[in-house]
Amino acid sequence: MPSQERFAKGPIALFECMQQIPCNPCADACPRGAITVKEINDCPSLNEELCNGCGVCMTHCPGLSIFVVDYTYGKDAALVKIPYEFSPLPEAKSVVDALNRQGQCIGTAQVIRVQTSPNKTNIIWLSVPRELAMEVRSIHVMKGETS
Amino acid sequence: MRIVNHPILTFPKQDMVTFTLNGQTIEGIAGEPIAAALHAADVKVLRHSHGRHRPRGLFCAIGNCSSCLMTVDKIPNVRVCIEPLRAGMVVETQEGKGKIV
Amino acid sequence: MITTEILIIGAGPAGLMAAIHAAEAGAKVLLVERADRLGGQLIKQTHKFFGSKAEFAGERGMDIAEKLINLSSDISGITIWKNAVVLGIYPDGVVTISHEGAFCTVSPKKIIIATGASEKTMAFPNNDLPGIYGAGAVQTLMNVHGVIPAKRILMIGAGNIGVIVAYQLLQAGVEVAGIVEAAPQVGGYRVHAAKLQRHGVPIYTSHSIQSAHGDSCLEGVTICRLDEQWQPIEGSEQYIAVDGLCLAVGLSPLTELLWQANCEMKFAAELGGYVPLRDANMKTTHENIYVAGDVSGVEEASAAMVEGKLAGLYVASVLGHKKDSFTKEFQTAKSQLSALRSGPASVKICTGLSKVVLEEVG
Ligand SMILES: Cc1cc2nc3c(=O)[nH]c(=O)nc-3n(C[C@H](O)[C@H](O)[C@H](O)COP(=O)(O)OP(=O)(O)OC[C@H]3O[C@@H](n4cnc5c(N)ncnc54)[C@H](O)[C@@H]3O)c2cc1C
Ligand code: SF4
Ligand code: SF4
Ligand code: FES
Repeated sequence: MPSQERFAKGPIALFECMQQIPCNPCADACPRGAITVKEINDCPSLNEELCNGCGVCMTHCPGLSIFVVDYTYGKDAALVKIPYEFSPLPEAKSVVDALNRQGQCIGTAQVIRVQTSPNKTNIIWLSVPRELAMEVRSIHVMKGETS
Repeated sequence: MRIVNHPILTFPKQDMVTFTLNGQTIEGIAGEPIAAALHAADVKVLRHSHGRHRPRGLFCAIGNCSSCLMTVDKIPNVRVCIEPLRAGMVVETQEGKGKIV
Repeated sequence: MITTEILIIGAGPAGLMAAIHAAEAGAKVLLVERADRLGGQLIKQTHKFFGSKAEFAGERGMDIAEKLINLSSDISGITIWKNAVVLGIYPDGVVTISHEGAFCTVSPKKIIIATGASEKTMAFPNNDLPGIYGAGAVQTLMNVHGVIPAKRILMIGAGNIGVIVAYQLLQAGVEVAGIVEAAPQVGGYRVHAAKLQRHGVPIYTSHSIQSAHGDSCLEGVTICRLDEQWQPIEGSEQYIAVDGLCLAVGLSPLTELLWQANCEMKFAAELGGYVPLRDANMKTTHENIYVAGDVSGVEEASAAMVEGKLAGLYVASVLGHKKDSFTKEFQTAKSQLSALRSGPASVKICTGLSKVVLEEVG
């Protein structure tokens, strides 16, 4: 987990990939060379100074286990980027249910941007209350908010 | 039911053909397995077993298990999970081992 | 009778890679596939695969299939037969095939068997009701034919296949009522399970199915909790209303042809059942028969592809087709395979392999 100081500097990738499995496409995907997977079964390790939170690695990860969190986004709000492979996609500016790792609705999030990707792992940028930035990991799109 | 919106796959609209199931007209896509067309129409009971007349449906979908035998154009014991659909086919729920005419 | 240098049976990732590498080395290959399309299990996989770049990691299984199919159709040394079921391998080396409904015989110099695996099933009352499917059937219906098998489905088995197919069901718009797993923990990769959990799909570990219910079609399922001895706990029964039940309780190698050809077989539970004894070059105890992929032990597409490559390169070299780069390519493939199998997720596979891979066979 990055330190307070690192979070204060801007967006950073968080890896929820804690089991040793034979996998390394995140390391190949990072344009800044910030990710290392030494042996293919190792868990990824991040050079926090090199990472700028661009989110490129997120679209390549088969585990959909990389998220980006930016605590510098606003005074009360943080930005959370999540990978999303469901249809329909939410509409930018809409408000959606924010889900935690257990799928429980813990509040709402505003969709800031829907970044579509050619490989169909799309990235949704969410504005969430700061205290929920480490909890929100998915969304539930309500009717009338779809594109 | 057919999938309309899928986040990864696209299923382009295709021309539909008609066939009959026990005399009732049903639509399907030419070339898809008969079982897929039946499932799209929400038909899951494909035959009744020989001994105890139990309903049977699709199980493996690749021609391995013989759970899906139906009578097609009067021919019994057709594995409909791998038999391509053609326009005008006459499909019947099979009872037991089927009648050979 | 048709003659060929190498007959490859099964066009999944293992068979396709074997064909590509054998033909690239200069061998004449006949690749036969019983289905009406190539790609084996891969064509149903809409999710991105693990592994490394050499095994196309990060790409979706169906896209990997397309790549391999394109590669194989670009090489002139490969003849491809679809709708071609291999029926038997005879002691004189003749292979009988039903091709597009017509019976024919082939006499190859060498055979690579890459027939993959078939799904296991499970005994419980009413397990024959319509609406109960193997996981592969559900995938075929929804990902190949675009048809939803049911509105609300319960998954049995939380191995990789169970968690992956459950996620694919969510993507197709099906409600997943939960995943039932007899073991006390999820067997599939945790990142796959996490995708489901954050969409609210419950995973019932230490649970099993007691019975299915319904008149003409499935209407519901009773599950129950298991104690430490895996015995049902009385009073823990729970009814779940579903119109679909999906069984993902494991695969076993499709070995009929190997038995027929008298290859020496051995039981290795870690690999899914009986598998052929073979050496590190994928040669069985039969002089002319080689194996690759799930038929030699249920593993992953990444490993199946590398095994296919090894078998293809090696068999071609035995027949005198040896590229200058053979030794290097062969060694690279071998180290790729051991790297894939070096982690804790592969401990079981390695235990199984230690029982069946011999220094020297025959
Ligand atoms: C739901 C699911 C998810 C998976 N996810 C992953 C993953 O994320 N990453 C990964 O690496 N692996 C994954 N796998 C595993 C992977 O798909 C298999 O390990 C791989 O396909 C094995 O390749 P194969 O070539 O040995 O067999 P298959 O792909 O099964 O191909 C065998 C082929 O042989 C044909 N055949 C069989 N018998 C005959 C005969 N008598 N005559 C002619 N043809 C015959 C079959 O029709 C088939 O096309 C997954 C599997 C499933 C089911
Ligand atoms: S967010 Fe961007 S910079 Fe950071 S690890 Fe991922 S790809 Fe690299
Ligand atoms: S790509 Fe994703 S699942 Fe694979 S090692 Fe990197 S973070 Fe883990
Ligand atoms: S469903 Fe198994 S043979 Fe058709």
